[in-house]
Amino acid sequence: MPNENNISRRGLFMKLGILFNGIVAAALAVPIVRFLMSSITRGRAGDYLSWVPLGHVNEFPEGETRLATFRNPYVTPTDGETVDTACWVRRIGGDQFQVFAVNCAHLGCPVRWFPQSGLFMCPCHGGAYYRDGSRASGPPERGLFEYPHKIENGLVTIQAGELFTPGPSAALTGKNPPCA
Amino acid sequence: MRIISQIGNWFDRRLQLAAPIREVTEHQIPRNTASWWYVFGSAALTVFLLQLVTGILLALIYVPSASEAWSSLQALNHDVTLGWFIRAMHGGGSNFMVALVLIHMVQVFLFGAYKFPRELTWILGVFLLLMTLGMAFSGQVLRFDQDAYWGLGIGASIASRVPIAGPAIVKAMLGGPIIAGATLSRFFALHVFVIPGMLIGFVCLHVLMVLKLGINEWPMPGRLVNRATYISQYHELTKKDGAPFVPYGIWKDMFFAAFILLAVAACALYFGPFGPTGRPDPTIIQTVPKPDYFFLWLYALLSLLPPAMETPALLIGPVVVIIGLLLLPFLSGEGEKSWRRRPIAVLTVLLIAITLGTFTHLAGFTPWSPHMNAWSGDPVPERFLHGTTALQRRGALVFQEKQCRNCHSLGELGGQRGPALDNVAMRLTQDQLIRQVIQGGGNMPAYGKNLSPAETTALVAFLETLHPVGQPPAREAARDFVLRESSAHP
Repeated sequence: MPNENNISRRGLFMKLGILFNGIVAAALAVPIVRFLMSSITRGRAGDYLSWVPLGHVNEFPEGETRLATFRNPYVTPTDGETVDTACWVRRIGGDQFQVFAVNCAHLGCPVRWFPQSGLFMCPCHGGAYYRDGSRASGPPERGLFEYPHKIENGLVTIQAGELFTPGPSAALTGKNPPCA
Repeated sequence: MRIISQIGNWFDRRLQLAAPIREVTEHQIPRNTASWWYVFGSAALTVFLLQLVTGILLALIYVPSASEAWSSLQALNHDVTLGWFIRAMHGGGSNFMVALVLIHMVQVFLFGAYKFPRELTWILGVFLLLMTLGMAFSGQVLRFDQDAYWGLGIGASIASRVPIAGPAIVKAMLGGPIIAGATLSRFFALHVFVIPGMLIGFVCLHVLMVLKLGINEWPMPGRLVNRATYISQYHELTKKDGAPFVPYGIWKDMFFAAFILLAVAACALYFGPFGPTGRPDPTIIQTVPKPDYFFLWLYALLSLLPPAMETPALLIGPVVVIIGLLLLPFLSGEGEKSWRRRPIAVLTVLLIAITLGTFTHLAGFTPWSPHMNAWSGDPVPERFLHGTTALQRRGALVFQEKQCRNCHSLGELGGQRGPALDNVAMRLTQDQLIRQVIQGGGNMPAYGKNLSPAETTALVAFLETLHPVGQPPAREAARDFVLRESSAHP
């Protein structure tokens, strides 16, 4: 029977039913969204990054650039070989190093070092970088990504754990090619 | 026979599907739409069903784990009976599906079928195209090889450029900080559950609307669409010159569907399965990652856009294109349907087709990339050394050792990143050559730090010899003038 407000008993129950479902859905959404967002939220605390040794200083000849590999510090059981990572280590001299990501600053393809021409070149879209990682030519808007590094007990150690991507500020942080 | 019809009746009393099915089969279509031009949609649906079947078959063996996916694909290729054939059907089928969806879309566009009252059918179709492309990309990831690995890197690099949310989007896409196990798992979920589920739902609605609204009549030049009168005109047409969908319309669909399935199978037999290429080991950097066929145009575009244009083009371009496609039926929902009287529509299709075709063609031989294998082992051809001085020959050696031919060709051999140098002395004077080598510019790196003054002198001396016999090299006229003046008035 409709009452004076024109809401029947069953109509009210249906609305209460919708409300009840809404509350349950909102409550369940909390764990679901937190689960979905976990790959983003976890990294905020810097949990992914650690210091990783690449090898003894003497393994890298002075004035040369060598490929080094390391295992990503953050590993899950199904990662397989994808956690093995490569980087370019340039020993300028003594304890002076530069460690570059292999990922091109354009779109992430692996750059290769050509000692003869003193350039890093990318096979995908033709980006080129000088030996110090600065941009030489091609589509990249900045120089190669550099890992933070330190020498610890004679070991070249880098802070790694995240894939380098150009990010939204690619154009803003771009280094201009230096005049030779 | 009576038993069969009794069984049929028993089921229909419970399912109650006979009447709607009869309605579908007997619904009147304009007689002239029983055309070979109207078969692409049903062919795309057929290939989609084939993809569902072959996909489920592959999932019986495939392991969606970054540590085992590659090996399980090898097992499919080499150990499992006819695993190679099912992989080839599924991989080739994806190419067929993208192609058929695009052809279908072009046909619908040129025949004005997106106009009133079929706007929503077109809009769902746009989403179906996006989902098909999403399936193509995620499927390429599931073929977890080197190309898949670096392709994900490219995807992440593009996603990272979104303002503010970029880094978060990258982590959400990769399922963590790097391309690893979680990445493959989530692309598996997308490719196998999320996108196909949406595809099935959207395909059902899309087909339902085609049946409810009726197939687009054959466009006649001059017969304009008017919202007020179209529906009654269409019904009059189907009443006057109509025929039941079964069998008038459907037999061509059936023939073409069978032909396409046969073509997919023939391609699978002939070409075999694609990949997997090298292991997804990021420490193997001697690789030239390339996307699958339908994304090659994008690969070319990303090389050829000016750097400053790239981020806006990547982030705004797709949004503009998608919004444009979605708005199309509202911007031109009435009026002329026939392509014969829509020259801009025809030119648009041609322009897009030629542009995409050209980019795809260019991506086949990547003139913008340095030749990574043009080692110093490629000697300067002898004919460039006849009658040269010792200094010029030393320059030819520098040219060879410094790998100039990674980017420049000489005697038809070498990269196409920079201009061919066979006649460079005709274009640049000595001073310009020195400046270009030392300072670079115009997309050439500067070699000043990597060449000694003696090497630069020798290299430029060699480059100055690169001009056709009998034609003088470029000279700076002002310099001749100054030299003449100084010799006349010592």
